[in-house]
Amino acid sequence: MKNQLSKYSEVIEIKGLHKSFGNNAVLNGFNLTLKQEEILVIMGKSGSGKSVMIKTLVGLIEPDKGAIWVMGKDISILTEEVLDNLRADIGFLFQGSALYDSMTVRENLEFPLRRHTEKISKNVDIKALVIEALTDVGLADTIDLMPSELSGGMKRRVALARALILKPKIILYDEPTSGLDPITSKEIIILMKEIQQKYNTSSLIITHDVDCARAISDRMILLIDGINYANGSYEELIQSNDPKVKAFFKH
Amino acid sequence: MVKYTHIFKKIRYFVIEIGALTYFGIRYFKALFKPPFEFKELLRQCYQIGYKSLFLVSLTGFIIGLVLTLQTRPTLLEFGAVSWMPAMVGVSIIREIGPMITALVCAGKIGSSIGAELGSMRVTEQIDAMEVSGTNPFKYLVVTRVLAITLMLPLLVIIADFLALYGSFLVEHFKGNVSLQLYFNEVIEALKFEDTFPATIKSFFFGFTIGLVGCYKGFYSKKGTEGVGYAANSAVVLSSILLFIIDFIAVFITDIFF
Repeated sequence: MKNQLSKYSEVIEIKGLHKSFGNNAVLNGFNLTLKQEEILVIMGKSGSGKSVMIKTLVGLIEPDKGAIWVMGKDISILTEEVLDNLRADIGFLFQGSALYDSMTVRENLEFPLRRHTEKISKNVDIKALVIEALTDVGLADTIDLMPSELSGGMKRRVALARALILKPKIILYDEPTSGLDPITSKEIIILMKEIQQKYNTSSLIITHDVDCARAISDRMILLIDGINYANGSYEELIQSNDPKVKAFFKH
Repeated sequence: MVKYTHIFKKIRYFVIEIGALTYFGIRYFKALFKPPFEFKELLRQCYQIGYKSLFLVSLTGFIIGLVLTLQTRPTLLEFGAVSWMPAMVGVSIIREIGPMITALVCAGKIGSSIGAELGSMRVTEQIDAMEVSGTNPFKYLVVTRVLAITLMLPLLVIIADFLALYGSFLVEHFKGNVSLQLYFNEVIEALKFEDTFPATIKSFFFGFTIGLVGCYKGFYSKKGTEGVGYAANSAVVLSSILLFIIDFIAVFITDIFF
């Protein structure tokens, strides 16, 4: 059993992940390990299967083959209830923020607390938790606004606050800077670093933004042809002589 | 030959769709009785679906009553049977026109809105976000909406029926000088258990169908924003077809038992 992983050298481990959509094989034996408090960036072109991979980690997409352990638990054999409890330890920042547009910012942040009340002590003031998370992302004054009243960058920050509200051990970022202007992107990157330092989380970041990867990563994986084609620090990968790696950074 | 192939494809698609919808319905009943129960969201949906449809349903019912009476009156007058008007209008409204028109109006208003809302939530990953946060989106979004419309539609039908009869009374009052008491006495005298009971039961099925189809189309919406429009549109088309089929079955069963 992998339960010893809960002592955490590795918080996520993926082995031989395969996923196809019809005849289109997106993942062809992808492997990954994410260590405690590490910031791992997965890079790849659009349509290379990055988002598919990250969604298999939280059980949103079922893989065809392969094994996924999250904090020592094989997610393929978990019951719905155990998987839901495990999800409380994982924050997920969606590409388009995915804020509930019929709810205010406050309700968006309170929503994950409804299910995971066991994670918060009875004495804890939910409002205080919400304000703390919003303060962490610099948006405490937006608490009663609707998502439609926020800019793209603000939505991303609120979504990040929502991902943080349960104090997760792992945060998964799906294209955190996509669709944002360069200045807002930089702000989000700085925010991600601050959150990493404050909460000591492990972070898995999916992106095709090289600037984001360079600024934040401890380690990078290049996802090409459905496999982890290259692995190393940004400096190592940029100096690689492999034609596919070179071609990737050239673009 | 090409024409027949096209028709067979359409029939095949319809049968597959009904199969998938049946599976969705079974999932609904499984989730309905399993805690946690989303009472707050259910009440919110009852308000959204019931109260916010009240004006449209009331107006439609009232106008149907007016029109039906105005159209029928000359013929009944010709045969000297205008005194049958309350009974005739009452029975036709309560048995058939009230439930069916209300259901069709709600399929257009509520079915399309549920399809578009859930479709949009699917496309913008809000449903995925809900799942990741540990809330079962099927229970939170689907069960509450289907249950709310199943409970609200019979109430809307009762209100529409009453207003249709009131509209009919107004015509009779101004053209035939009939009093409110006399008109409604005639209606109540004409109505029997077999007129009201099957119509009420039928309304629950109508509500369930509209909710289930709207949620099914929205929950499994694909192809981005185009899919949202398709989900809303196809929710109305499919639920309208199913409403007529259910109505036929309901009339058939009523005919056997009463």
